Amino acid sequence: MTTLAPIDCDIHPSIPNLAALLPYLEDHWRETVRLRGMDELNSISYPARSPLTARPDWRPDRGKPAATLEQIRNECLDPFGSALAICNCLYGVQLLFSEDMAAAFARAVNSWVAAELLDREPRLRASIVVPTQNVELAVDEIERRAGDPRFVQVLLLASGDQPLGKRVYWPIYAAAARHRLTIGIHAGSAYHNPPTAVGWPSYYTEDYTAQAQAFQTQLSSLICEGVFNQYPDLMVVLLESGWTWLPAHLWRLTKYWRGLRMEIPWVDRSPFDIVRSNVRLSLQPTDGPPDSASLERVIEHLQSDALLLFSTDYPHWQFDGADPLPDGLPASLVRKIMVDNPRATYARLLEPVR
Amino acid sequence: MSRHVVAPVTEVPPGSHRQYTVKGRPIAVFNLDGEYFGMLDRCPHQGGSLCAGVISGVLVSSKPGVYRYERKGEFVRCPWHGWEFDIRTGQSYCDPAKIRGKAYPVNVASGAEVVEGPYVAETVPVRVEEDYIVVDM
Repeated sequence: MTTLAPIDCDIHPSIPNLAALLPYLEDHWRETVRLRGMDELNSISYPARSPLTARPDWRPDRGKPAATLEQIRNECLDPFGSALAICNCLYGVQLLFSEDMAAAFARAVNSWVAAELLDREPRLRASIVVPTQNVELAVDEIERRAGDPRFVQVLLLASGDQPLGKRVYWPIYAAAARHRLTIGIHAGSAYHNPPTAVGWPSYYTEDYTAQAQAFQTQLSSLICEGVFNQYPDLMVVLLESGWTWLPAHLWRLTKYWRGLRMEIPWVDRSPFDIVRSNVRLSLQPTDGPPDSASLERVIEHLQSDALLLFSTDYPHWQFDGADPLPDGLPASLVRKIMVDNPRATYARLLEPVR
Repeated sequence: MSRHVVAPVTEVPPGSHRQYTVKGRPIAVFNLDGEYFGMLDRCPHQGGSLCAGVISGVLVSSKPGVYRYERKGEFVRCPWHGWEFDIRTGQSYCDPAKIRGKAYPVNVASGAEVVEGPYVAETVPVRVEEDYIVVDM
């Protein structure tokens, strides 16, 4: 590990339980939680006892991983020496079929994050959780948080109801662009569709591996539907997506764009060019070859040193020890990944916080 | 470079195209409203015959959802992978910096002009009033 203080672009504080959100819910929803006997908004994206969900040394005896500020400080901020870390709170908000309930819980999650984490720890920033189920309500939530510079990003899941390039979602991108928020697309599903393109798999391993398919599809959708033509300054960050699939996917997309360009005449640059200007990816999981020479080849294929953003994916178990960086990266690239690229990506990180 | 009479103009009327062999190489000759253009009839991508491709315009767009169909009949799409080439210049539409069809100058010479040279027109004196398509390569 170098002495650089990195900007950790993907950490996952846990909402301890639904009761923790009660103070941040309006009366009607608080009563709904009580009357329905709701105790959690669980998703199967990160099952509690799955090894991936928490590194063994970050798994507490009782309660959830990363559920208190003390855990986050002692296990993540201090050991990695992070100057800043961006909280991407994964809670089951996007899974709900009631749009109003989703909006109420999204509001509560964001309020909880602001009060319990951001107010108490100056090294933390956060993404705005939005109810993607209803775009108007999602935009309302963005507007509600946009005045707080500690919120630097809008959080979407890799798999929702429709491909994210569809115009129905554009008001979210317009609001993000207006407030210089990036769009973060994180691994996970609303499970309104099967997590693979071919149907429901049997095992968690299949689900988690197939996240890369969802990211690829979303990337194609955003490019082909013209989101980056409409919002040329919009930055999209793929979070916990893995990234070694990117060159091969872009080779494929660019090849077919050349022959099918007339379908999407607004796409006036090669998909590779669009990704270099508008898309970034978090470092972990580094789903790469085991030796550094081969990994260097993959990085060469990215054709840019600006794409990767440092992340620990805390508390998820992607690596052991105190160094999330794969071996053998050149020092100049390490600096870009740890500091320069995050700063260039998240416009709001550079804004003063009250 | 030398001049080659390939055909009488009536063989390639406006809006049509046809393949000729010049110096052993396949040449696609296009007639756009009376103007003639020639290209090596091999797509620079993998060698498909451009003559066998679809003649179209070019679709341009100022923003997503807006389709502007321009220059009808002035583009050819390779039948193999759909790459689009500007018939006037041989330029690929997608990647003009890197990909270009090989263009050859095509002219129309009057019968009187071509019979003066050592070309095939000499041998068709009955059609001396006819105009001929001439390829320079």
